[in-house]
Amino acid sequence: MSAKERAAGAVANYVDERTGAAKWMKKNLTKVFPDHWSFMLGEIALYSFIILLLSGTFLTFWFDPSMKEVEYEGSYGPLSGLKMSAAYASTLHISFDVRGGLLMRQIHHWAALLFMVAIVVHLLRVFFTGAFRKPREFNWLIGIGLLTLGIVEGFLGYSLPDDLLSGTGIRIAEAIIQAIPVVGSYLAYFVFGGPFPGEVFIPRIYTVHILLLPGIFLALITVHLMLVWYQKHTQYPGPGRTEKNVVGYPLMPIYMAKAGGFFFIVFGFTAFLGAVASINPIWLFGPYTPAQITAGSQPDWYMGWLDGLVRMAPPLETHAFGHTISWNILIPGLIIPGILFTGMALYPFIESWMTGDKREHHLLDRPRNVPTRTAIGAMSLTFMIVTLLNGGNDIIATHFGLTINQIMWFSRIGVLVLPPIAFVVTKRICLSLQRADRELVLHGKETGRLVMLPHGEFVEIHEELSPEKKWTLTQHEQLPPLEITQENQAGVRNPKGLLAKLQQRASKAHQEQIEKPSAKDVIELGDGHH
Amino acid sequence: MNFISRYRRSKFFGPALLAAALFLLATSYSVASATTFKAVTPTSDKTTLIAEGKEIFARGCSSCHGLNLEGGAIAPSLIGVGAASVDFQVGTGRMPMADMSVQAARKTPVYNEAETAALAAYVASLAPGPAAIKNEDLAWERSGDAAEGGQLFRTNCAMCHNFAGQGGALTQGKYAPSVMGAEPKQIYEAMITGPQSMPVFSDKIITPAEKLSIIKWIKTAEAEPSLGGASLGRTGPVTEGLLSWTLGIGGLIGVAVWLASKAR
Amino acid sequence: MTTDNHSKEVAPLSDPGIPEHVHRRTDTDPKAAKKAERQVAILFSISALGTVLFVYSYTFMSENLFVFLPVMGSTNAKQLFLGLGMAISLFFIGMGAVHWAKMLMPDNEVIAHRHELRSEEVDREDFVKTVKEGAAAAGLGRRSLIKRSLGAALGLVGLTPLLLLRDLGPLPKDDFSKTSWEAGTRLVTDPGDRPIKPSDLEIGAVAQVLPELPNGKVRKLEDIGKDAVLLIRIRPEEFQLDAERLSWTHEGIIAFSKICSHMGCAVALYEQQTKHLLCPCHQSTFDVTRAAKVIFGPSARPLPQLALALDSDGYLVAKQPFTEPVGPSFWERDSA
Repeated sequence: MSAKERAAGAVANYVDERTGAAKWMKKNLTKVFPDHWSFMLGEIALYSFIILLLSGTFLTFWFDPSMKEVEYEGSYGPLSGLKMSAAYASTLHISFDVRGGLLMRQIHHWAALLFMVAIVVHLLRVFFTGAFRKPREFNWLIGIGLLTLGIVEGFLGYSLPDDLLSGTGIRIAEAIIQAIPVVGSYLAYFVFGGPFPGEVFIPRIYTVHILLLPGIFLALITVHLMLVWYQKHTQYPGPGRTEKNVVGYPLMPIYMAKAGGFFFIVFGFTAFLGAVASINPIWLFGPYTPAQITAGSQPDWYMGWLDGLVRMAPPLETHAFGHTISWNILIPGLIIPGILFTGMALYPFIESWMTGDKREHHLLDRPRNVPTRTAIGAMSLTFMIVTLLNGGNDIIATHFGLTINQIMWFSRIGVLVLPPIAFVVTKRICLSLQRADRELVLHGKETGRLVMLPHGEFVEIHEELSPEKKWTLTQHEQLPPLEITQENQAGVRNPKGLLAKLQQRASKAHQEQIEKPSAKDVIELGDGHH
Repeated sequence: MNFISRYRRSKFFGPALLAAALFLLATSYSVASATTFKAVTPTSDKTTLIAEGKEIFARGCSSCHGLNLEGGAIAPSLIGVGAASVDFQVGTGRMPMADMSVQAARKTPVYNEAETAALAAYVASLAPGPAAIKNEDLAWERSGDAAEGGQLFRTNCAMCHNFAGQGGALTQGKYAPSVMGAEPKQIYEAMITGPQSMPVFSDKIITPAEKLSIIKWIKTAEAEPSLGGASLGRTGPVTEGLLSWTLGIGGLIGVAVWLASKAR
Repeated sequence: MTTDNHSKEVAPLSDPGIPEHVHRRTDTDPKAAKKAERQVAILFSISALGTVLFVYSYTFMSENLFVFLPVMGSTNAKQLFLGLGMAISLFFIGMGAVHWAKMLMPDNEVIAHRHELRSEEVDREDFVKTVKEGAAAAGLGRRSLIKRSLGAALGLVGLTPLLLLRDLGPLPKDDFSKTSWEAGTRLVTDPGDRPIKPSDLEIGAVAQVLPELPNGKVRKLEDIGKDAVLLIRIRPEEFQLDAERLSWTHEGIIAFSKICSHMGCAVALYEQQTKHLLCPCHQSTFDVTRAAKVIFGPSARPLPQLALALDSDGYLVAKQPFTEPVGPSFWERDSA
């Protein structure tokens, strides 16, 4: 045993005698993880979170979360001598008078944007491959929770510097709170400690942003990861992969190197963005005052869809019995987002209700094999894209020679018309792809090579697929639609009534498939067919 | 002669001959259709200037603005707009308008400085209005305060022209243009004449000294390099989000694909 | 996808099992392995160089140095090289580690077995038994008095944090309906605080306006958030107002609250030719000639109009306070 091995052994012994660590370390160091780039999207989010914690902590050493008025005495000339809040002044100080301050501010903000992008693409991957099915419904719920909290955390974060652009966003948030029936004006006064903007909002959201929400994030992310660890990661279907195994590589040394390395890559890439791309140049926005506004006022992208919804809302307000309800604020600002996120959260349960499938699933779906789910996903995505684009309609108008009025009308109509079209088109495309798969399995791949047969006929040579590829294309399960008895022999109607009928129809629509080729089909086709 | 007979059966002869003929045709047309703008030398003789202005106006502006500057269905009246308006509109190339669109866009000026001065003198002679400004008369560098100018800009200008003067959208396809690259006199004249959709900023509302501060701030912002890296247009979160969705996640997914792929 | 000679003979469309492992060049050729090792070392070394660049930029580079780069334009050198140094130092550690794993660490696929997540029947029965016994021992089922009083106690204690939050803010009372504008308050420029005479405004002019402060009073953002007013002058004949609203104007000068009736942004974009006001937040468009009537966008109410008059010195003043609350709507708002 070398000296190094002896030293390592002594450390391991010391720890094990006090914690019994050897047993669970041995089990976990050999844990197997399947390898696919689409499984790393959640990692991008996780590493971005760590980068946010690190860069954020740095920023807290200089940021002053106070709205007290100060006169600017720092090095940025164009703001010299102006009155501003201490929060804004301290952010200027970080940007110009702390070495590396602007870099860390920019890394923090780029990491926040990438965090949200990664969460969304990770959500899309999980959704389209059906990784939310049993036993992973809890993890899906935690994920939706992380997405929602991420949006709030980001909004609060970029509002801390108290600049003109983010202050405008806070004004709009206050209007949403104020619009809540019955309690709105009280809630607004409680949140802001009086009339807008007051002097307590920034200090209060500072506590939420650096303590409350990060604490909740840490807890949720820990449970999220523990569930993945314990339930083991899903895997794509393929030769040798079943519902009862995991095929991949062990944590030590492969994943320690790859995942650990990826952390450094994500951090380095984010630092690169922080170095070369300016983000949130608050010195150009100026300090916040309610009497000023800039053209092109938008929130960060992950709230752009909310802004787009509010912009396209019809001017509906009701006045009755001395009270006002602003539907033009409540519907796009609270009701529609509430319905969307509730629908998203409940989706695993809705789907298992539609399919009647209550078994564990560890093999992922190819999206084309679940046409209805894929089409629902495409529909939701279309909705989000239309609303997101409308949130930037003035920037789009000036850069592409359109008018804000045109884009607004396009969005108002498009948000209702385009998602159903996306649903139908996507479902049909999935079914066509299934047909194409069936052709591939039964007839092989077209090679483009022509051969003239002795009797003059031209045929294209088809290459038979390998058994591995054939297996991958046909291993999926095709459940028949549910058979729910609406009325039993005694003439008694199903007590679930309308719900049962709905479930029957939903199941029938959901299970629309192109029948996959069976072994019998292959044998019938026989050999000698090109 | 030998040259032509040697090469006339060459497969390139036909195309070369065609190209030569086209070239000759094009250049001769350009030469034949060239008109010389009579170079108007600046004259201290005001009446001559006004007369020259009247002539240019009749030729280039009256078809829309009317021979008596009364305006009409497609163009506003120019009575009382003053030399400043003419200096601004013609000097930035907005007038004469290139096509009948919702807004006259800045472009290369059609008339040179002397012609612009003549036009301005003529329009001013018909009805009093704000006088044209000269760049050298604006002491913005000396007496302008950039910090005060920034406050003024954000209160009075940023809602249309954006916080960094990059411009912004108005209704029905109109827009507030970027103020970057405008000459100090053009900025001043725009404020006092209120071109197209822009309102007028009277001297009692924004004093001449405050106007100089605004110009100082605009010029400072223009000269200021992007302090954090590539500026992404100085238009705010839209371009930042776009970058994170393209270069950001695209780059990271690219690395992920490489990371998870099998080595050969 | 050729008919693979290495595949085993299987029944049609059944699982052929994990494909045979294909060795990498680095597995079979020691020279290739050495080359990969050198590559990993080079990647780690680049990272070290990145750290050197970072330390150099931090310590020695001047804060006022600007470099010109394509696409980026002129940018601060210290900030750029600090960032690039940091990026390189981090990124290449990752690249080295990943390259090492890909090229040199064993890439044989390993199979682990999934156990059903459901517990064994024995464990489930034991669990149920334990819980039932525990519940019986607690006796909640039998002792309903304990259950009810516990429920009441827990419910009540939940009130304490709620009550503690009461002092988060004052009650709004009638704050929403009050601004600093009273009868006779002079309109002053923002910024500058200069009072305004009608002759100060030309036709087509706009002015950002605030109420004049009584002596010694400091203007707070909370006040600005309700007091900000926009002053516009058009030709008097262009107004399409009823008699009362017309009487609130003065020689073509009209005043509106600048705080958007939709969600409170500053409505300051004035289009001189169309006489429209545009709010840049959600594109609500207001027609000045018709008392800021909403003609496009999500706002449901026009901007409140401030009645104007002249004081004895000829300066513009408010004739009366706003006749309705300014800013966004709220539950208690009574007027349409």
